[in-house]
Amino acid sequence: MVERNEATIDAPDEGHEGHVVDSVTGVDVALHIAGPGARTYAFVIDWHIRVVLSVAWGVIAALIYNGRWSLEAPVEATPAWFVLVALPAGVIYLLYPVITEIAMRGRTPGKRMAGVRLVTHDGSVPALSAFLLRNVFRLIDSFPAFYGVGLVTCVVTRNHVRIGDLAAGTLLVYENGDESVLEYVNPQALGAKLDGPTADIVNDLLRRWNTLDEAARGRLARKVLSGVSPADWSAASTAGLRGELERVARGERA
Amino acid sequence: MSESPRERALRTSLLQRSDQWKAAADRARRLSRQGTEDVGDAMRLVDDYRLLAHDLARARRLVPETRARRFLEAAYAQAHATLHKPSTHLGYAVWSLFRDQVPEVVRWLRPHIIWVSLLFVVSVMVGAWMVNTYPDLINLFASPDLIATVERGELWTEGLLNVMPSSVLSVQILTNNIVVSLFAYCAGFLFGLGTFYIVGLNGIMLGAIFAFTRQHGLDDELFRFVLAHGCVELSVMVLSGAAGAAVGEALIRPTLASRGQSFQVAALRTGKLITACVVLLIGCGFIEGYISPNPEFPLWTRAAVGVGYWIFMIALLRGWLFGRSRDHTPIDT
Repeated sequence: MVERNEATIDAPDEGHEGHVVDSVTGVDVALHIAGPGARTYAFVIDWHIRVVLSVAWGVIAALIYNGRWSLEAPVEATPAWFVLVALPAGVIYLLYPVITEIAMRGRTPGKRMAGVRLVTHDGSVPALSAFLLRNVFRLIDSFPAFYGVGLVTCVVTRNHVRIGDLAAGTLLVYENGDESVLEYVNPQALGAKLDGPTADIVNDLLRRWNTLDEAARGRLARKVLSGVSPADWSAASTAGLRGELERVARGERA
Repeated sequence: MSESPRERALRTSLLQRSDQWKAAADRARRLSRQGTEDVGDAMRLVDDYRLLAHDLARARRLVPETRARRFLEAAYAQAHATLHKPSTHLGYAVWSLFRDQVPEVVRWLRPHIIWVSLLFVVSVMVGAWMVNTYPDLINLFASPDLIATVERGELWTEGLLNVMPSSVLSVQILTNNIVVSLFAYCAGFLFGLGTFYIVGLNGIMLGAIFAFTRQHGLDDELFRFVLAHGCVELSVMVLSGAAGAAVGEALIRPTLASRGQSFQVAALRTGKLITACVVLLIGCGFIEGYISPNPEFPLWTRAAVGVGYWIFMIALLRGWLFGRSRDHTPIDT
């Protein structure tokens, strides 16, 4: 597998910068690079999760340790307080990114919500050492405050990566995992009853039905149906139009 | 311009396969999450990969700006990532790391280790000379509290265990040491200058503090305190510095096509040594928390612990602890 590091493509549908990887099939794998916005969004979510988890542990453990409704720390640090309360809370906060990235193979809850994941330059899941290394370099990326160095390198580098990613050879790319296709159309109906382009339009219209206002969806439905049926749809209600579109999608209409 | 009947027929036949794409995408997602030991399942993923590649190539031409194409792009990328996922067997990975990879990195870093050791030794001597010649310079390297304590004829390490328990002290110390060590490594990103600064500063501080305690007749006590943990701790500082220097050198004198690639290869390679350094520093932290501040341990015990742990470090870095021998075969992970 040859990795074309310098190649960038324009994704015509989304406008994101891309990274192209050659594959054994001869068909390039196109990865859409996530920019500083998506990266920051994922970080902010993850930061809140780790703070909440860490504080939650501290509060619950302190209540258990004190045996009453008090979060008061002992005047002199005792081993029990340290091992039960302080240490796990710190470990949760510090190791949250690396543990979640390893366990979720390049994702974290924040990255998942932002629709991004980590991959290597050849599009595969990074190795354990790469996850560890990119997190070690947070020491530099977080300098001087609020990930200043990381943010600046993320803005100025071609693939929008921070120093940790440069060291580990990782990229943050959009996942688009929830994208679906022809979910309203019966593929068996394609062919004699319904051609591909029309099926695409019918599916898109049904998918967006509830987000369109009534006049717009009625107008679009009539236009589509007039192309597949000679009947007059000008007087049909929107409910009737939707029912007819669904019949077309199921292939129940010749 | 209206499309030809042929194009419409091609688009239709392409979209007729959407159920297969969904099944392929589902399989790729499932196997990415769970993995499989079923050869049939894995082979079906390979077939899916070919199917997705074939249909994606057609979709890019026939339906370039549709959800079908976007779905295929995402499914193909997912199948690609799942197929090219590195196999992970944690036990073999750890065994291979400490038996083959760390010794190889140490051998590769030998010149850097020598140079950084030299830098550290020179820095210690410079620090000692500075404070011996200009005693007031100790204010640059030590806190007022530390200076006042030593001037009273006491070491700041005395009674350390009265302030906090050994377990708490150990964790605080090992955390601090690990952060310093990682920082010395990562600072190599600044073309090696950050690493040299951290190693040099630590050396100067060590030399200055020893010179200062010597002026007050406390150098023997400080030596007693440092002996058990210091042998490995200072060696690890040099190792981290050497790893950082290698990262910096990769940026100054890239050996690959670009500085970025050279930096990445050097960072991934030397990162393995840093794992070993972290493991060693955990041990140092416990020695420094339980043995070093405890006055009940005599000098010979401290020397035995210090030298013994240093020999352990050498054995770890040479891979002997994990069964490495001269005629070894590398472990295939």
